Amino acid sequence: MTILKGALGAFILAGTVAAGAMADPVDDTLTINAEMTLVTRTAAPDHVSDVLDEVMSGWLFRGTETRAMQADDFDNPGMIFVEQAEDVWNTADGSEGKSCADCHGASSDMAEVRPTFPKWNDAAEKVFTMEMQINDCRENRMGAEKWKYTGGDMVNMTALLASVSRGLPVNVAIDGPAQSTWEEGKELYYTRTGQLELSCANCHEDSYGKMIRADHLSQGQINGFPTYRLKNTKLNSAHARFKGCVRDTRAETYNPGSPEFVALELYVASRGNGLSVEGPSVRN
Amino acid sequence: MAKGVKPRVKVPKKAAAGDTITIKTLISHKMESGQRKDDDGNVIPRSIINRFTCDFNGENVVDVTLEPAISTNPYLEFEAKVPEAGEFKFTWYDDDGSVYEESKKIAIE
Repeated sequence: MTILKGALGAFILAGTVAAGAMADPVDDTLTINAEMTLVTRTAAPDHVSDVLDEVMSGWLFRGTETRAMQADDFDNPGMIFVEQAEDVWNTADGSEGKSCADCHGASSDMAEVRPTFPKWNDAAEKVFTMEMQINDCRENRMGAEKWKYTGGDMVNMTALLASVSRGLPVNVAIDGPAQSTWEEGKELYYTRTGQLELSCANCHEDSYGKMIRADHLSQGQINGFPTYRLKNTKLNSAHARFKGCVRDTRAETYNPGSPEFVALELYVASRGNGLSVEGPSVRN
Repeated sequence: MAKGVKPRVKVPKKAAAGDTITIKTLISHKMESGQRKDDDGNVIPRSIINRFTCDFNGENVVDVTLEPAISTNPYLEFEAKVPEAGEFKFTWYDDDGSVYEESKKIAIE
């Protein structure tokens, strides 16, 4: 009987160790199309080094098949939407009869753009996200109708602009005129919301690597956005994801495009300074 | 007529003679099944890719019949033996009569 007990105890112990190991981020390297290696883990930027040693892309927290899907543009379903946006990029729209390409040239010339957004806009005197910049162009330069903040056209275009920046490190400015917005974002990040009284930090800073029911908690980095989610088979913007997270705390959420989410996006993006732009990434 | 249809193919640029290679194909297509109804209760007419073929130097590799239950953007992956250098020709047949074609050359190393 004693022997049996011992065997049972050993079995339970082995089970616990295996489950614990599974929850850790994988040790893997993301190489796109077998030619471009992306930075998926790096030393934390100074402003978060008191709470994190290392910042890690959500890619490291996903399963083998999902990771492989992102490593090849043919297999990455998000690239279909990138191609659709490329057509839109080259198509004139609005009263001015201009396309994106007429001012900006080829989409691939825009590689330096995505890594620095959200970014202070002097004329508007506020922090602009990619989406706000795109709509500003559409409204004021093209004379075209604004796109819905999380609509298909918009998220496709942000995917195109992210795809041409893949491999470059996220590098948003947190000082200068953007500083007050960044601080608002930080405040929101650490504010508990909803009936569950959870802040972003409770899951993504204190508990990343653990399982939240059947899902593997990441650091909540947004370097991979917009992201193709297998669960809804479309591209998802960062603000749509924020909304989903806040909703899951059982709170009334802010709206995508609201000043609160713009501030939060700046802050969360800054936590990933140094990670490669990955969009459109693939997640579950 | 189906909109935004765009075929994509991935074939290795070269292979050793007699090698078996993996070919990946995807065509963006909404694949409307013909079993759904719109807000007014009218049946949305069926509009799918109903046949896909791949030929190598005139010889058939695969000939696939696709049915209405296949999802948007049908992805087909298959293997082919490459005895010599040549060209793969891919053809998708749409319900509306459209035919989409794509071809890829492969060299022998």
